[in-house]
Amino acid sequence: MTNNDNHASNADEVIQYVTVVIGGQLFGLPISQVHDVFVPERVTRVPLAAPQVAGVLNLRGRIVTAIDMRKLLHLPERDDGSQVMAVGIEQKGESYGLVIDSVGEVLRLSSSSQEPNPSNLDKRWAEISGGVHRLDGKLMIILDVARLFSAMVEQPKAAA
Amino acid sequence: MDDLLSEFLTETNESLDVVDVELVKFEQEPNNAKILDNVFRLVHTIKGTCGFLGLPRLEALAHAAETLMGKFRDGAPVTQEAVSLILTSIDRIKEILADLETAGGAEPEGSDDDLISELERLSLSAETKAAPGAQAEEPAADTTTGDIVEQSLERPLRPGEVSLDDLERAFREAECEVELPVAATEEELDHEVEAEAAPVAAAPLAETAKVKAKVKEEPAAKEPTEKKASVSSQSIRVAVDTLEDLMTMVSELVLTRNQLLEIVRRHEDSEFKVPLQRLSNVTAELQEGVMKTRMQPIGNAWQKLPRIVRDLSQELEKPIELEMLGADTELDRQVLELIKDPLTHMIRNSADHGLEMPADRRAAGKSEKGTITLSAYHEGGHIIIEVRDDGRGIDVDRVKAKVLERGLASEAELEKMTDQQIHKFIFAAGFSTAANVTSVSGRGVGMDVVRNNVELIGGSIDLRSVPGKGSSFIIKIPLTLAIVSALIVEAGGDRFAIPQLSVVELVRVQDNSEPRIERIKDTPVLRLRNKLLPLVQMSYLLGANPNAVDTETKSDTGFIVVMQVGSETFGVVVDGVFHTEEIVVKPMSTMLRNLTMFSGNTILGDGAVIMIIDPNGVASAMASHASSVVADEERKQQEEAITSALDGQSTVSMLLFRAGSAEPKAVPLSLVTRLEEFDVTKIEQSNGRDLVQYRGSLMPLVYIDPAQTRRSEGTQPMLVFSDAGRSMGLVVDEIVDIVEDRMNIEVGSDRAGVLGSAVIKDKATEIIDLGYFLPQAFEDWFMRKEMDIAALTKKVLLVDDSAFFRNMLTPVLKAAGYDVTACQGAQHAFELLENGDVYQAIVSDIEMPEINGFEFCEALRRDPRFRKMPILALSAVVSPASIERGRQAGFDDYVAKFDRPGLIASLKDLFSGEVGIAA
Repeated sequence: MTNNDNHASNADEVIQYVTVVIGGQLFGLPISQVHDVFVPERVTRVPLAAPQVAGVLNLRGRIVTAIDMRKLLHLPERDDGSQVMAVGIEQKGESYGLVIDSVGEVLRLSSSSQEPNPSNLDKRWAEISGGVHRLDGKLMIILDVARLFSAMVEQPKAAA
Repeated sequence: MDDLLSEFLTETNESLDVVDVELVKFEQEPNNAKILDNVFRLVHTIKGTCGFLGLPRLEALAHAAETLMGKFRDGAPVTQEAVSLILTSIDRIKEILADLETAGGAEPEGSDDDLISELERLSLSAETKAAPGAQAEEPAADTTTGDIVEQSLERPLRPGEVSLDDLERAFREAECEVELPVAATEEELDHEVEAEAAPVAAAPLAETAKVKAKVKEEPAAKEPTEKKASVSSQSIRVAVDTLEDLMTMVSELVLTRNQLLEIVRRHEDSEFKVPLQRLSNVTAELQEGVMKTRMQPIGNAWQKLPRIVRDLSQELEKPIELEMLGADTELDRQVLELIKDPLTHMIRNSADHGLEMPADRRAAGKSEKGTITLSAYHEGGHIIIEVRDDGRGIDVDRVKAKVLERGLASEAELEKMTDQQIHKFIFAAGFSTAANVTSVSGRGVGMDVVRNNVELIGGSIDLRSVPGKGSSFIIKIPLTLAIVSALIVEAGGDRFAIPQLSVVELVRVQDNSEPRIERIKDTPVLRLRNKLLPLVQMSYLLGANPNAVDTETKSDTGFIVVMQVGSETFGVVVDGVFHTEEIVVKPMSTMLRNLTMFSGNTILGDGAVIMIIDPNGVASAMASHASSVVADEERKQQEEAITSALDGQSTVSMLLFRAGSAEPKAVPLSLVTRLEEFDVTKIEQSNGRDLVQYRGSLMPLVYIDPAQTRRSEGTQPMLVFSDAGRSMGLVVDEIVDIVEDRMNIEVGSDRAGVLGSAVIKDKATEIIDLGYFLPQAFEDWFMRKEMDIAALTKKVLLVDDSAFFRNMLTPVLKAAGYDVTACQGAQHAFELLENGDVYQAIVSDIEMPEINGFEFCEALRRDPRFRKMPILALSAVVSPASIERGRQAGFDDYVAKFDRPGLIASLKDLFSGEVGIAA
């Protein structure tokens, strides 16, 4: 993602991130990429699809492909049955919904607190992470949407 | 690019396509003045427009072509060479136009001298051959124009084409006069030019002048076609995008209407009912109307074919006639675009493979000229396009040979096939029977590409062939792709849409009444009007657990959707059928596009998203299923083995026996050395225990249940366990069976000698703990061999999610002198390690849930504390690939689960420093 590459060189750049929680870990998506946040309802299962595809759903007349982020990140499945949320993003004209646990606040972060992925980060995580932000008391992983999709397109083959 | 130019490009391209067709016709009927007039006019228009727009290169080329055609009009004989040359020129014009379009209006660099001089040479020779009675001025005129630079001076003519009739008359009467002004310098404009021309021929000049005057009155008139006929003023050009947008909007409207209808359906007596009905009708009409705007005659897709056939005819040296029927049949332009290429390919194919050489045709008693017939007509909601040739037909033997060569089917399979089935192989990938690779066909891209393209748009392709009479390919394609009528069905708890076009009928089946589902082996079939219809479970096609499906089918009630794809008819068993609905096919997202079973998705009236079944996907899934049932089963077994291994519950060969009590007991067969039966009289007593003489030594007998009744006569079955020259006999009452099953210990046991209970062959079975019985025979069974004082200090962590193996291996390792801690998963192991427990080695299972052994090992290796620690992999699956995978993950060695000596040896090696992956 060019965004991230750019502000690595420009220390003063401030990016707004929509923060989400997946399996207890804080993630951030650049606000420019988030179309909407919604509660995924009436998700139609897609047989034979890759495991991380939660299904398809109707969001105000658009068909959205829901991606289960927990599956994608190889996290255990939700078992408490609590309400999940989804972040709507657009990729090459197609609508996707990233199913996450909950949505947090919007953070304005300066790139000075950003660091590249630690070298020992789980490879599957590093694949979709655009870097890490040091926040007070916790770390926020930047979700790189473009890489996330390229990783997913390759994945079905690897899984087969 | 300005509007003018884009208008010009569209129009010129259209004109050129017509010219292509007309020229081919003209070649066949050189005396048809009407055709020539038409061609001449079109080329002339192009030339004129080019001049107007300042495109000298195009203009020069068009002019040279026009000149040559002028000669034909004057009676010069039409030669194939000349027509070819003109066609080549037209191709060049097209190329230039294409560049023009991409460059946004600038003419590409380059020279057309080669073509122009050729054209001129022919013009000249045509002239000499032309009737001597032709106007005397003509040669003179042509010599003057025989120069490219001068031709670009055609400007004075430019306004002329606006009123073509006048101009043409002028042309016909005095070509030379019109062209003479060309000799003037470029800068010279209209009046002077005409003035110069005037003395040469006064009368035509008057006309030209008149034309000029007219144009001056209407300088904006740049569209000759619009003025050509009053009809054209009734139609307007609309950008394709506008139509596409309109179509999308209508699609949305249809969806919304469906939603409203759905709501109203739920409310009886709604006041909305009547207006909604009206809305519904209007929507339907609107939909139809917009659809109509997208409709184009299929002839548009055929335009290029006469030219292609002509070129082929020359290249292959076969005279070919192309007949086209039903060119005005209309279909959606989106479909039209997609069908163009497959059609072209099929025509090439027919010309190359289908038609014989003239000599062969003569020998077969046919006319030398081969005929390819292209016809199109409506049938139901489909368009049928047929490409037929009267050639040799498909050579079944050659196809067979090729099939065998490619290994697509075995000889025995071919024997059973009908000719029609064999013909179908030509649609297989990479199949071409052309003996030689020609420039026309036989390049490895063949009918499979055609079939794919046709199937891509929801169509199907079929073929009929009669040896010696010819073959015919029949393409069936839907009228439109945007809105289809679909049947909503339920399978495996989900709803799916099946396009109505492929549904032939619905059959309801019940358990005890006709018709009912019958089975051949496990393949379900249905007797339907004296024919057997192959059946498949929809939920099975969609990847549901086959076992679950089996229990479902056993009830054999449900609906069968009889579908037809190509000439294949089959039944798809679904759980329920709802209704039909007009659906708007929306493409699936990229993530799902690899699923061949679906062609798209849509939003139903009730707002839910539903997947649309692709009939072609179903057909191919069925075919591949049927043809490879065996391979499939093998693969499935493998897959099952892998999945079950991943679950930590791989199937194990178990020996079932009874001892002491009625309930079955089991032990893994791999642990048993032999099954023996001894006459009870052979059992001796010594030192308070039972023994038999076995292979030259005494074998102690152990009873599972001390209360087990000793037999007094007959034979006594027993399981013999041997290790390092020692044997033990485990006395049992009866050996029941050997089964392959998962050993999933569900209930643990506190009783010594029993690991727990598992369900084996649908019965609760006790799994016995050999580790308990072996020391009963020889107290030092485990102790004696590897007793190593040093080993006792070695702490080994055993990680395995299976209780059985933990219980199985712990004593083995302990017996070898290690201090063993067993834990049930990687997570637990991490905890132990984090707690500061120190181990000298880790033995880890590979197939574990959540974190598998590879990942576990990789994670450990990342931690500097464990980088050097010996880690041993233990797996039910031992293959070179998995060993390699283990090496990459960082394992020091890789041992099969049941190879206990191997495990001990490997551990010993690890500690003595001989590290390295075995095998």
